[in-house]
Amino acid sequence: MPFFISKSDSDEKLRQKVKEISGENFQKCYQCGTCSGSCPMADHMTVVPRRLMALLQLGNRAALDEANTPWVCASCHACMVRCPRSIDIPKVMEAVRQLKIRDRLDRIEPGKIDKKQIADMPQIAMVSGFRKLTS
Amino acid sequence: MSTVSEDLPTMEIKAKLIPIYVMGKKYEVPETLTIMKAIEYAGYKYIRGCGCRGGVCGACSTVYRKPGDHKIYTGLACQTVVEPDMYLTQIPFYPALRATYNFHEMTGTAEEVFALYPELFRCVACNNCTKVCPMDVEVMDYISALKRGDLKAAAEISFDCIQCGLCASRCMGELPQYHIAQLARRLNGAYLTPRAEHLKTMVANIETGRYDAGLNGLKEMDVAQLKKVYQEREMEPATAGEDWTPKDKSYL
Amino acid sequence: MKVAYYPGCTLKTKAKNLETSALACLDALGVEWQELERWNCCGAVYSLADDDLIHLVAPVRDLIRAKQQGHEMVLTLCSMCYNTLARANELMKHDEEKRKTINLFMDEEPDYFGEVKVVHFLDFLRDVYGWENFKAKVVNPLNGMKVAPYYGCTLLRPKEAGIDRFDNPSIFQDCMTALGAEAINFPMSTQCCGTYQVLGNPEAALKVSFDILTNAKAHGAEALVLACPLCDYNLGKRQPEMKEKYELAGDVPLFYFTQLMALALGVKPEDCRFELNREVSLEFLRDKNLVKATA
Repeated sequence: MPFFISKSDSDEKLRQKVKEISGENFQKCYQCGTCSGSCPMADHMTVVPRRLMALLQLGNRAALDEANTPWVCASCHACMVRCPRSIDIPKVMEAVRQLKIRDRLDRIEPGKIDKKQIADMPQIAMVSGFRKLTS
Repeated sequence: MSTVSEDLPTMEIKAKLIPIYVMGKKYEVPETLTIMKAIEYAGYKYIRGCGCRGGVCGACSTVYRKPGDHKIYTGLACQTVVEPDMYLTQIPFYPALRATYNFHEMTGTAEEVFALYPELFRCVACNNCTKVCPMDVEVMDYISALKRGDLKAAAEISFDCIQCGLCASRCMGELPQYHIAQLARRLNGAYLTPRAEHLKTMVANIETGRYDAGLNGLKEMDVAQLKKVYQEREMEPATAGEDWTPKDKSYL
Repeated sequence: MKVAYYPGCTLKTKAKNLETSALACLDALGVEWQELERWNCCGAVYSLADDDLIHLVAPVRDLIRAKQQGHEMVLTLCSMCYNTLARANELMKHDEEKRKTINLFMDEEPDYFGEVKVVHFLDFLRDVYGWENFKAKVVNPLNGMKVAPYYGCTLLRPKEAGIDRFDNPSIFQDCMTALGAEAINFPMSTQCCGTYQVLGNPEAALKVSFDILTNAKAHGAEALVLACPLCDYNLGKRQPEMKEKYELAGDVPLFYFTQLMALALGVKPEDCRFELNREVSLEFLRDKNLVKATA
């Protein structure tokens, strides 16, 4: 799939914002792919973690917006403990989520969750789910 | 006959006047007045945000600030006395939606509350709600109790709530705390607190006509007979012990 | 030794079996415990945004309570609560600027500097109580029962919170071995079950949980041992869905580690709360003659 890189596609504000919110320098990533290999949810992502880091480095907002990566991520930290560049990848994922969440674009609607499911699930499911996926 | 133009008696105001600000405008008001009375003294007429004037209806919850102080202060306008340089504004009632439910189909489980108010789990324990409550209700504590499924504790802690809505206005998680608490109190009262067994027995007795003969007898008496029966009635002596019973045991 | 017990919201309702068995174990071990007063929900996940401090307020408030009530150690059972409290504690210990801001914001509480220690029951046993002392209290060894300790993610990662090394941990196996069981190692024992994605991407969470169960069984596990109620939901309560979607062959028994501990320590059967586990777990115990068959 051809992927075009151009200066006009690079959103510097986006990169700055993600750096600020995560406190991490994702420029360090040298695309080794260990994160994607460790990620239990990678099969369900449209863009694997390694590729997401590349998109971030390029500041490609359009591709980032389309990727479901941060919304499938379970914050399990498997990637973080193995990253040879010591990048705190979960923090970067959180920052990408926050870009949408802080604009009040929630990923799930608490009011629309099946009532029976709410009654069955342990409270920590709702507490953690709402923290990660809603504003 | 007096005419309208005659001088009406005027009240001499003995209290010291202090400045307060209402929506940015400065007024000098007697320092002994409550916020509500002071605003009316300044010439405003309340058509909203005013109710019982007795501190229990929750209509007049007010937010104000004091100069040189970053804090947000709250209180009921009908109960809080004005202070110098108090900065007041008119704040409309904060919207908070109440879930609709069929109370009679519920059984009083925590899961029923979770299903109706899933936003309960958005609480971040910031404590803004407790800080703002004009009735000193520990709002964060009852939300915490609800999250762990303890409806009884939530009902007890939220007892003094007057549904003023200030907690919801400051909530980071966008919960309607007082609506959830009301549901907890309703469920607790209807389904969780123990039933009074003696009440059940009494109602059954009445319905089976146990007291009909006695009541009908009284209805048929004339005033003189009634007076006699009343004056000759047997009363429990003031010094009676636990085991005292009347001579006529037919209504026990 | 005295510990403050921090339950977390779920242990009072959906994971009563974890709580009751754990507290019975503490009693059997002679550990003095007291439930933290006025505790609040810790938030279940640690906030990963660098500029976000409000989500730290909840766990820090619990740590302040522990300090106020004169406790030196807070003991948790739920892995998610452990992770959140431990990481918040580390931040308050080491990040001066954020600590100042949080203490300033929480002006209705005393200041906190990371004075309390946060432990999970497992690292409490290893580091404070000691395995030898623990083994000495076992009265009903579990007769070589083949159990696979499932760590999940929050007990081991990140390093600052991990109770053991993330790549080759042994703490959970050591606990099971001390009880007389045979601890089965399987590669996916430290892989995440999907946690909160049960809400966001339930299909993905179902598949990763199914993979974990399959992997455990393939390595000879007869049952899985857990430390987290959300893992129990994803791996256990969702087994019927796995049967439908992925043809899970047979239900897999699951237990909380404290329930097996309670059994081995000779705690009263009713305090192990096995009736709150799934039927398959009860059957498993009956087959092993570890509980009486019900009429």
